[in-house]
Amino acid sequence: MNSTMSLRVFAIIIAVAALATLPLWMGGIYYINVASQILLYAVFALGLNVLVGYAGLTSLGHAGLFGVAAYATGYMLQLGYGHTESILVALLVGVASMAVYAVLSLRSTGIGFIMITLALGEILWGLAYRWISLTGGDNGINVPKRPAPFGYSLSNATNFYFTTLIVFLLVVVVMAIFVRSPFGAALRGTRDQPRRMNALGYHVWAIRFYACLFSGLLTAVSGILFVYYTQFISPQTLALTSSAEVLLMVIAGGPGTLLGPIVGAGLVVIVKTVVSGFIERWNFLLGAIFVAIVILMPDGLVPGTTRLWRLATRKRAPVAAKTEGAP
Amino acid sequence: MSALAVKDLSKAFGGLKVTRGVSLDIAPGERRLIIGPNGAGKTTLFNLITGELTPDSGSIHLFGQDITKTPSRQRPHLGMARTYQIITLFARDTIIHNVLLALLGLSTARWNPITDIKHQGHLVEHGRAALERVGLAAIAERPLSQTSYGERRRVEIAMALAQNPKVLLLDEPFAGLSIDERRDVHKCLMAIPRDVTIVMIEHNMDVALEFAERITLLHFGEVIVEGTRAEVVDNPRTREVYLGH
Repeated sequence: MNSTMSLRVFAIIIAVAALATLPLWMGGIYYINVASQILLYAVFALGLNVLVGYAGLTSLGHAGLFGVAAYATGYMLQLGYGHTESILVALLVGVASMAVYAVLSLRSTGIGFIMITLALGEILWGLAYRWISLTGGDNGINVPKRPAPFGYSLSNATNFYFTTLIVFLLVVVVMAIFVRSPFGAALRGTRDQPRRMNALGYHVWAIRFYACLFSGLLTAVSGILFVYYTQFISPQTLALTSSAEVLLMVIAGGPGTLLGPIVGAGLVVIVKTVVSGFIERWNFLLGAIFVAIVILMPDGLVPGTTRLWRLATRKRAPVAAKTEGAP
Repeated sequence: MSALAVKDLSKAFGGLKVTRGVSLDIAPGERRLIIGPNGAGKTTLFNLITGELTPDSGSIHLFGQDITKTPSRQRPHLGMARTYQIITLFARDTIIHNVLLALLGLSTARWNPITDIKHQGHLVEHGRAALERVGLAAIAERPLSQTSYGERRRVEIAMALAQNPKVLLLDEPFAGLSIDERRDVHKCLMAIPRDVTIVMIEHNMDVALEFAERITLLHFGEVIVEGTRAEVVDNPRTREVYLGH
């Protein structure tokens, strides 16, 4: 194992240990809840990153899918079904909605894809707002109780945090495997050279379609976590601003990286929930941070920091060599 | 049976006819050179043969099988591979990764979302063998961004060869190469076994004439001269529209 690899493994162990012990050293329920939010939004951002980062397809309608899964969970629970059935149906509905999204939006790439996904997201937002018999309209749907799998009640903040953490870690592992797989490589190939991939024998459309389904699945997972976290779902969750926010997480953190969307989610959630308590115009601050990232680290925080780190260590190496050779 | 038979192939972009009733009959194992001045429709002809463009009329047969309406993505599976005039590679990846992508294109493993691509043992082995054929095995792990133009040309050829094609279409493989790089690419091409039929577009006549057995001269989308090296070079029309007096 080389030193970079050892450093990476060490960093992962430290990060997992810090997350696993967070309720012990993080003072107060409020901050534990913020951490839960970061993790569930990180799952959402990782789902969007499958398209934005690895497929080169920027979606501005993902909040629609996130909301559909949340509504499906709430609606099923309202009908009297159990949590397991509700979650399974929500996952299915989320993936099926993504399939419809994909069939319609994959007719195009670039601006065309963005506009079609934006329109689809707005349609879903409109339905949530106007189809009152199904969604409750402005009043939304309440989820009275969180589940208690194997008797482990998620009603308190700490237990909910640990459950969200387990789901988050599972998603990170699945993403890490996916990115390194032949399918992941093929997906990145369709992002970089779709014409070439076609000439090499790949079905570019099918690869993008399956990637959309995978993205839809992760988005649905985060939607379900969200509805259990807030115990409420309303049309505002499906609004364009929500889609833009999660896109901001991916772009700010670094699209096409595993860590980027997680860092982006942390940044946006902290500014939105914690900093907003101290600064009234937190939107302005978030905008300023985003502009700074775009100017100073256009690839995002994670690739930008990695580049800076490499530059710093590369500069240090010759200096050290010189010192060794000095009399 | 012909390796590649093109019959009365035509294509127009609006009012501009870029391919006019082109017919080619290329025997298995043949080395065919397509020449013509800029704008003669050579690359368009390749794009029609590989299915990247749909012909307005005419037919294309690969070893007797009509592939005129076969989607371009399926043609590599039938034994057709190509390289591009403008190098079209995956710049963020390593050389071996580029070749692996070519191999995965024909493998069902491309749908595998679980196993690490580096653990596809047989594919990695084939990829290294393809790089060996073009003399790049020693730098297989090098990022593409750290390679020379000539090496990238050879990566293109390695990707095509990795797919074990029966018909290989080379679009200006010597374009933009230095003398040394040209020699390297020429060596690679000469080493391709006879069971691979090669159709090549090339402007560099020194290397191309040495390589070609039969030559087709295109002018304004039409075949105006076709024959053996000597026949085409001696033809007054070739001198008039292409070689000069």
